Amino acid sequence: MRRLGAVDELAATYDLAIVGAGPAGLSAAVTAGQFGLSVLLVDEKTAPGGQIYHGIAASPLKRGSILGPDYWSGAALVEGFAAADVDYLAGAMVWQLDQDRHLYIGADGKSRRIAAQAVILATGAQERPFPIEGWTRPGVMGVGAAQMLLKSSGLIAEGRVVLVGAGPLLWLFAAQMIAAGSPPSAILSTAATPSLGRLIPLLPSFLASAYARKGLSLVQRVRRASRLVSSVTDLRIETGESGLKIAYRAGGQAERIFEAEHVLLHQGVVPNLNLIRSAGCTIAWDDAQACWHPIADDWGASSVEGIAVAGDGAGIQGAETAARRGRLAALDAACRLGRIDGAARDRAGAEDIAAIGKDAKARRLLDVLYRPTAAFRMGSPKALVCRCEEVTGERIRQVVRETKAVGPNQLKTYLRCGMGPCQGRFCALTVNEIIAEERGISPGKIEPMRVRPPIKPITVAEFAALDL
Amino acid sequence: MFKRLSEASGRVLSFTFDGQPLEGREGDSLAAALLAGGVGVFRTTVPSDASRGPYCLMGVCFDCLVEVDGVANRQACMIPLREGMCVTPQRRARQLGE
Repeated sequence: MRRLGAVDELAATYDLAIVGAGPAGLSAAVTAGQFGLSVLLVDEKTAPGGQIYHGIAASPLKRGSILGPDYWSGAALVEGFAAADVDYLAGAMVWQLDQDRHLYIGADGKSRRIAAQAVILATGAQERPFPIEGWTRPGVMGVGAAQMLLKSSGLIAEGRVVLVGAGPLLWLFAAQMIAAGSPPSAILSTAATPSLGRLIPLLPSFLASAYARKGLSLVQRVRRASRLVSSVTDLRIETGESGLKIAYRAGGQAERIFEAEHVLLHQGVVPNLNLIRSAGCTIAWDDAQACWHPIADDWGASSVEGIAVAGDGAGIQGAETAARRGRLAALDAACRLGRIDGAARDRAGAEDIAAIGKDAKARRLLDVLYRPTAAFRMGSPKALVCRCEEVTGERIRQVVRETKAVGPNQLKTYLRCGMGPCQGRFCALTVNEIIAEERGISPGKIEPMRVRPPIKPITVAEFAALDL
Repeated sequence: MFKRLSEASGRVLSFTFDGQPLEGREGDSLAAALLAGGVGVFRTTVPSDASRGPYCLMGVCFDCLVEVDGVANRQACMIPLREGMCVTPQRRARQLGE
């Protein structure tokens, strides 16, 4: 791998450009490099690993025991990448990708346009919005956010720390807090209890997978070391005299209050679609995971010629599948660019395709178990749905009723949801579901929020200095 | 508040936030260094001047926006801490003449 220091060092054209240095992007780069393609990998972070292996090359936590073996298993991917014959630009943002596969890349205040014959978007996942009253208060953050601090800086929240929500990451981070000697004060679980009839058919595949083996022991460890409150509803966070106050009901009982310095929220992750959407890739509503994902074939080919998607950005399926999808997308690129024929591609990808299918079956139980309830996906009436423009759920409902705004793109005109700094990253899903509920139709029937470049802010000077 | 685990080492880097001297470690994002330094509020919002700190720390929520060395609207969570950084919080909407 050649680490480029600035956009000036980029070649004008590449056979393959990959966006994102998580497991999908890294394995795509390694595979593509083996076929002699000229490859560029661009990543927003300053070191490879993505969110899941964030900080792995330089983590200050030398003991393996805090972050656990699954985290450290990412080291092999990063080492493979270090040995690969590819260009790597870190700390850089692809702020536009057009359908002719021109990439506009900015780093350190300077941007360049380059071209690629094939593009793989491995933009990963983000935490699902958790719109409850008070979730914008300082001291409230995502579980994933707190985990970033631990991975790259060895920082852990001090004082009374309450984890709220549901999902595998919540259990994993609770176990990491325990291993670091700072167990959470309480875990408020918002997981619904699906009927046995729905779970039983999914059990055999799950139990035969590593998810069961690892997951069950993780949950046991956490349950032994921390206080768990189940069936939590009606959450609200207020500012108290000494920190935050979390009001909640458990099992339909009277409201209770818990005081804490830190509240860490989590209800799963969803694909990070901004670049994928702005490139024009078609997305579809996934009801099982209650989110959008790009339409793609087994090789990750999207609806736009020459642009593939891989990893959790292509639909949430975890790190191992992400690495496999990255390889498949790179094999397909090698095939499209004439390095291998279709039969060779199919042979090389067969094992990965089979393993992905098997893994998807095992994960169905997790999707059912941790699918956030409608109440928590859409939030309480007074919760800010759009954090940037500070718009509540009840205001959105009122405008939809009064104006017949048919979707998020029309709603922008009235309420500016999606027009603030985050450009809809943290409200688009919620807005979409609220409008769908008000209109009595499936969220998939509503045109999703449009995303336009630049997908992150650049200065006018940087834009004006582009050599086009 | 956040504490740094004792095993976490790294070169100490100095920077300022709103004129106050702070220290972080090499390898910290600017947001991590601010949180480690006890800063909880990074900015106030444009519509209502409400206090905000980082929510996602992965480049998505934009609640950690700060001004860094004179450039506004930088995501503190995506910028590595550098020695001597001059960081200022962003407050409400800009007024004419500001």
